[in-house]
Amino acid sequence: MVGRNWALYEEDFWGIDEALSNFLAGSFCRGVALIDRTGQLITTVGDFPDLDLDSFASLAAADFAANRELAALVGETDFRTLVHQGVDSGLYLQMMADRVILAALFDKRTTLGLVRFQAKRVASKLTTILEGLFAKIQAGGFDDSEAAVGAGFAEAAEAELDGLLGD
Amino acid sequence: MLIHYAAREIHAKIVYCGPGLGGKTTNLLAIHGRLPERARGRLLSIATDGDRTLFFDFLPLDLGLVKGFRVRFHLYTVPGQTFYAASRRVILRGVDGIVFVVDSQAYRLAENRESWEDLRGNLARERGPGAEHLPLVVQWNKRDCATALPVEVLSNEIGLGGLPSVEAVAVRGVGVAETLKACCRDVLQEMESAGRGGPPRGGSSPGGTGPGMPPPGAPAPHRPLSRTGAR
Repeated sequence: MVGRNWALYEEDFWGIDEALSNFLAGSFCRGVALIDRTGQLITTVGDFPDLDLDSFASLAAADFAANRELAALVGETDFRTLVHQGVDSGLYLQMMADRVILAALFDKRTTLGLVRFQAKRVASKLTTILEGLFAKIQAGGFDDSEAAVGAGFAEAAEAELDGLLGD
Repeated sequence: MLIHYAAREIHAKIVYCGPGLGGKTTNLLAIHGRLPERARGRLLSIATDGDRTLFFDFLPLDLGLVKGFRVRFHLYTVPGQTFYAASRRVILRGVDGIVFVVDSQAYRLAENRESWEDLRGNLARERGPGAEHLPLVVQWNKRDCATALPVEVLSNEIGLGGLPSVEAVAVRGVGVAETLKACCRDVLQEMESAGRGGPPRGGSSPGGTGPGMPPPGAPAPHRPLSRTGAR
């Protein structure tokens, strides 16, 4: 399992994006999001009209985390999938590689059965990609972050922060 | 922390902890009010009818582009009330930096202590031995209250010696930005250190090199970053 820091590299991202696009086409969902278990939105494919995606990601992760605690209370290790169904739309959530949540938003154009079937397929593909990615990070440490956050990055970010919040 | 190379984004999570009614949500409200609209997302709050935080408050802060990367801080509060222990554990998952908000009033001392012990336990469970390197800033809040204890007394009584700290009156916005900036600075420096493969720097004060959390029972003077002059 990867540590608390992780990076999503470009080649892995395009593999993920393709898998999500195929899922969307096969499931007839409105949109699908990938969310880090800490609540950070990784990517979306499809239609999330007028949705506050930051809040969506944060709440979906909290939903999963709270249900993990519930699972522990009833003697389960985890609830791997969660389903919420409303009158017009629903949400299917699935944890993958113990780190990333697949969140599919669907409506009456599809059925929960189809969403669940397609989600299991894509989760299998995505888990393979993510586990490969985490293995890569573990093998190589976190050195590649230097390319992004090398010397002077923190200083530059602090200057932006000072600008926003005032000195 | 997540570095998303394809989207050129960096995401980090900062959590405000401390006893109930200590001013954690007030901090987020003050930050929300202070940030320009382009930099802030919606302030999400899951609260009870009595406006007590039930699960968490959440505020996304968009720093904008830094060296080609969009930097985003996700600010959370945890519920301070003792019986929400499970909720606190949930929110602390994947945390990159902590602000511990102390209620300076004398009669809240026991709650401050209890909250600090709860936090230490949760971080030890979440991060194991790495917990001591987690960036952590103490905010001495409610410095304008007549019953506020001296910072040195609070620091010694709660066991917060050696940590970077800021005095604040969050309800008036005093010290709020300084606290957040200190924590963000430590998170960014920690990220840079991780990138270099070097040891975590920890500590927010100029020249500070100590760990984020002091070892148990280690007496050390508090390290003020700024004073409010509110009293």
